[in-house]
Amino acid sequence: MSRPDWEEGGFGLYIHWPFCQAKCPYCDFNSHVVAQIDQDRWKRAYLSEVERLAAELPGRTLQSVFFGGGTPSLMAPETVAAVVDSIRKAWPVANDIEITLEANPTSVEAGRFRGYRDAGINRVSMGIQALNDDDLRRLGRLHSVAEARTAFDTARDVFDRVSFDLIYARQHQTVGDWRAELTEALSMAADHLSLYQLTIEPGTAFGDRFANGGLKGLPDDDLGADMYALTQDLCDKAGLPAYEVSNHAGDMAQSRHNLIYWRAGDWGGIGPGAHGRHTIGTQRFATETALSPMEWLLHVEKQGSGESARTEVSPEDQGTEYLMMGLRLAEGIDLARYQRMTGDAFDTTRLKPLIEDGFLEIEGSRLRTTNAGRPLLNAILRDLIV
Amino acid sequence: MTDLSRIRNFSIVAHIDHGKSTLADRLIQLTGTVAERDMQEQILDAMDIERERGITIKANTVRIEYPAQDGETYILNLIDTPGHVDFAYEVSRSMQAVEGSLLVVDATQGVEAQTLANVYQAIDADHEIVPVLNKIDLPAAEPDRVKEQIEDVIGIDAQDAIEISAKTGLGIPDVLEAIVTRLPAPKGDRDAPLKAMLVDSYYDPYLGVVVLIRVIDGVVKKGDRVRMMKTGGTYQIDKLGVFRPKMQDIAELGPGEIGFLTASIKQVRDTRVGDTITHEKKQCQTALPGFKPSQPVVFCGLFPVDTNDFEDLRDAIEKLALNDASFSSEMETSAALGFGFRCGFLGLLHLEVIRDRLEREYDIDLITTAPSVIYHLHMKDGEVVELHNPADMPDQTLIDHVEEPRIKATILVPDEYLGDVLTLCHDRRGEQLDLTYAGTRAMVVYDLPLNEVVFDFYDRLKSVTKGYASFDYQMIGYRADNLVKMQILVNEEPVDALSIMVHRDRAEMRGRAMCEKLKELIPRHMFKIPIQAAIGGRVIARETIAALRKDVTAKCYGGDATRKKKLLEKQKAGKKKMRQFGKVEIPQSAFINALKMDS
Ligand SMILES: Nc1nc2c(ncn2[C@@H]2O[C@H](COP(=O)(O)OP(=O)(O)O)[C@@H](O)[C@H]2O)c(=O)[nH]1
Ligand SMILES: C[S@@+](CC[C@H](N)C(=O)[O-])C[C@H]1O[C@@H](n2cnc3c(N)ncnc32)[C@H](O)[C@@H]1O
Ligand code: SF4
Ligand SMILES: [Mg+2]
Repeated sequence: MSRPDWEEGGFGLYIHWPFCQAKCPYCDFNSHVVAQIDQDRWKRAYLSEVERLAAELPGRTLQSVFFGGGTPSLMAPETVAAVVDSIRKAWPVANDIEITLEANPTSVEAGRFRGYRDAGINRVSMGIQALNDDDLRRLGRLHSVAEARTAFDTARDVFDRVSFDLIYARQHQTVGDWRAELTEALSMAADHLSLYQLTIEPGTAFGDRFANGGLKGLPDDDLGADMYALTQDLCDKAGLPAYEVSNHAGDMAQSRHNLIYWRAGDWGGIGPGAHGRHTIGTQRFATETALSPMEWLLHVEKQGSGESARTEVSPEDQGTEYLMMGLRLAEGIDLARYQRMTGDAFDTTRLKPLIEDGFLEIEGSRLRTTNAGRPLLNAILRDLIV
Repeated sequence: MTDLSRIRNFSIVAHIDHGKSTLADRLIQLTGTVAERDMQEQILDAMDIERERGITIKANTVRIEYPAQDGETYILNLIDTPGHVDFAYEVSRSMQAVEGSLLVVDATQGVEAQTLANVYQAIDADHEIVPVLNKIDLPAAEPDRVKEQIEDVIGIDAQDAIEISAKTGLGIPDVLEAIVTRLPAPKGDRDAPLKAMLVDSYYDPYLGVVVLIRVIDGVVKKGDRVRMMKTGGTYQIDKLGVFRPKMQDIAELGPGEIGFLTASIKQVRDTRVGDTITHEKKQCQTALPGFKPSQPVVFCGLFPVDTNDFEDLRDAIEKLALNDASFSSEMETSAALGFGFRCGFLGLLHLEVIRDRLEREYDIDLITTAPSVIYHLHMKDGEVVELHNPADMPDQTLIDHVEEPRIKATILVPDEYLGDVLTLCHDRRGEQLDLTYAGTRAMVVYDLPLNEVVFDFYDRLKSVTKGYASFDYQMIGYRADNLVKMQILVNEEPVDALSIMVHRDRAEMRGRAMCEKLKELIPRHMFKIPIQAAIGGRVIARETIAALRKDVTAKCYGGDATRKKKLLEKQKAGKKKMRQFGKVEIPQSAFINALKMDS
């Protein structure tokens, strides 16, 4: 038998830490603010989940681990160390395994960076969000620009690979403002940047304000498009081209973990609200865990599993996910793989107008969005999916 | 069988919301016609849609027994008719079946346009009229002023008008007594051959067609074999009864009485309102004069949003047509919208009622195209062609001239809004016929093209007068004018379902308005979309929908895949509600909303 499809994307683990110091008004992640966290109890739950998944998916080579949140930089370094150790024991790991931790750039957290490195973390992704104090306050952030830059410098010293996040297309932001800010960001010698346009998510504080007519001065689509174009331009020139819609890095510095999602690999999801995808035999499953931290914890402790739902992903849905995720990447998707996955050849008549208009291109068996098409991906997908 | 002298037949005429239905409720309630526990508000408004919109659509009757002060018990037959202008002709026919009317006027509002239209019909039908001033429980009631107004404007004596509150029940006994003492008893000959008028009919899923009748001469019994003199059909009566307002069987109906019969009649189309019903064996000598059937005046296309629903739509339209002889339909094919039906209606309200019923009772999503009137095309070869659909407009060079239907519109409006009303009528190509005052209200009469009124005239009128104007109209005939077909091109392709007929002088303005509206209604696409209005190949207005420049999810990682996939599938389903024209997708609602004018 030929090698399983997921190996085209690789295998990783996502670990969700669901706590933050404060809830940011734009954020719809599964994050909670609590008075106290019993680190030991959480550690045991994570270890138990690692064991459960290892039993189900044994022997695979693990390419990456990602501690996401929430704010994983609130984890005690000992907790991280214990989890990383158990993972290394549970699976054979790749020589170049990437182990990332998301960190908020406050001084307290920066104080733990060395501990994380000693625990086995070799990459951090920092939520700097803005290089402008007024905007940081508006975004509800607990750190200043100066504090973030100091934390970043610490990270640079401690880790080989450092990425950071910025949110742009903020209230009242102009193209000029963003040019200055991004130029400054590019001078900071990160090897990877995630540059997200602010999305107003329903159910967040920003979402409510926006629905009630508040939150004035957000850029319209045209201004958003201009900022996106500028972002591509500046990052290209700085040698950090977009390898995905919002992610920029040179070839060697791309996030291997996130590539697993976009390349439709397999990953295990551990922690409250963590999703997973994994293949067993010829079936591919989507897994979910309980969203509420306490519920998840009790599930793990009482039933020996945090998983709350497992559904088979049909070949057709696999195809849709592959398109949806894969076309985010500059490298695009492999039409031959799409056909193997779904059993049907891609209906290329639907591609024709999009190719003619310059939004998609085909090279060999690869289909990808052009620079003009990528910012319109949702519109393209509405045409492509059945 | 009731003695003629103890029967009174009447209708209630009123402007909308002046309290006709509430008064009917009180009359029914006070006479114990309906047990208290079965009483509900607006009891004569049977259908859901009527209840929701608060309008009465079909002619309804109810038989009330009233023990009067003279010690006799009287049979009172009320025919309740719709007040809306779309059904004016229906009303005029039902009026022939009764001898008197209660003229209900809201004492806080005074005479309104429909008051006038409806009372003139009652006068035309030789009715005795009893004025009733309603809502005198309200502090704003001005009964004396309104009495004066009735005398001034309508020209009938209002000094004996009865002051009531249909809401509290005040004065209702006086109304009942006045029906007996002030309205005439019907005339008729019990021994003459049967002569009954077919007042209305409707389809009932259990009984088949139910025919509402008014007996003029003779007696009709269950089991009788009868003939409809116009249509020639002969039937045996299965069921004979009266409405109280529920159906109640009765052995016979004699002169002056109103009731219903069923006779295994399959469809409403087999009956003709105004027809004369007589016995098959012993026929009456002369038939009643009868009525012209009512004619649809407004046409539009109805297309299923989902083309797979076409057969369902056909079935639903056929079923509705069984029950509504005034609604016409024929199959239509549109290059833009595929298969559908061109349907004719008595007016816009009628259109909305039918469309809502199709959507609601039959669960079909519809695209409604621009309402149009019937144009008369006088061709150069002398032929006269009726045009129901602008899309069918022949080559302009073959046409000598075009005639359009015109109406006489009566509008009553408080003085302060008069200027706006005159502007609106003028903008819609109206010609003023009259302007007088009834108290502080102006009454303007305009000659207007129906075409300018069918779509949103009433909405505009309501909005410029903050709801204080009232409006009624009647058709007055055809007149030639400079009318042309205007096409709309979306992305260079003509969309036939958006074609309209316009006056040449207003074409630029309408064209601009439609292009601007479509620019708002059609979502941005990945390419820019020119929208043009054209007359015979010449572009007279244009707009451009700029290309969509950004529509992408900023963050999408492993945990987002499921949610984003669902969202995408939902958007995809939303797209199915659009119609594809070349590469452009037009939302279903755009076809009608494109016509809405802001002034
Ligand atoms: N205060 C008051 N309200 C009334 C009276 N009669 C009717 N109404 C209200 O006026 C509105 C219109 O009444 P309705 O009977 O539906 O009017 P229709 O359109 O002529 O049938 C309803 O809200 C009634 O409750 C009345 O005598 N006094
Ligand atoms: C899991 S979150 C947070 C990581 C970390 N807790 C922090 O806030 O620094 C990852 C990133 O998503 C981005 N993000 C979150 N909500 C967003 C939104 N509504 N619009 C755009 N970007 C958002 C932020 O840049 C954030 O750093
Ligand atoms: S953005 Fe980061 S810190 Fe803020 S609430 Fe979300 S996960 Fe927590
Ligand atoms: Mg009513």
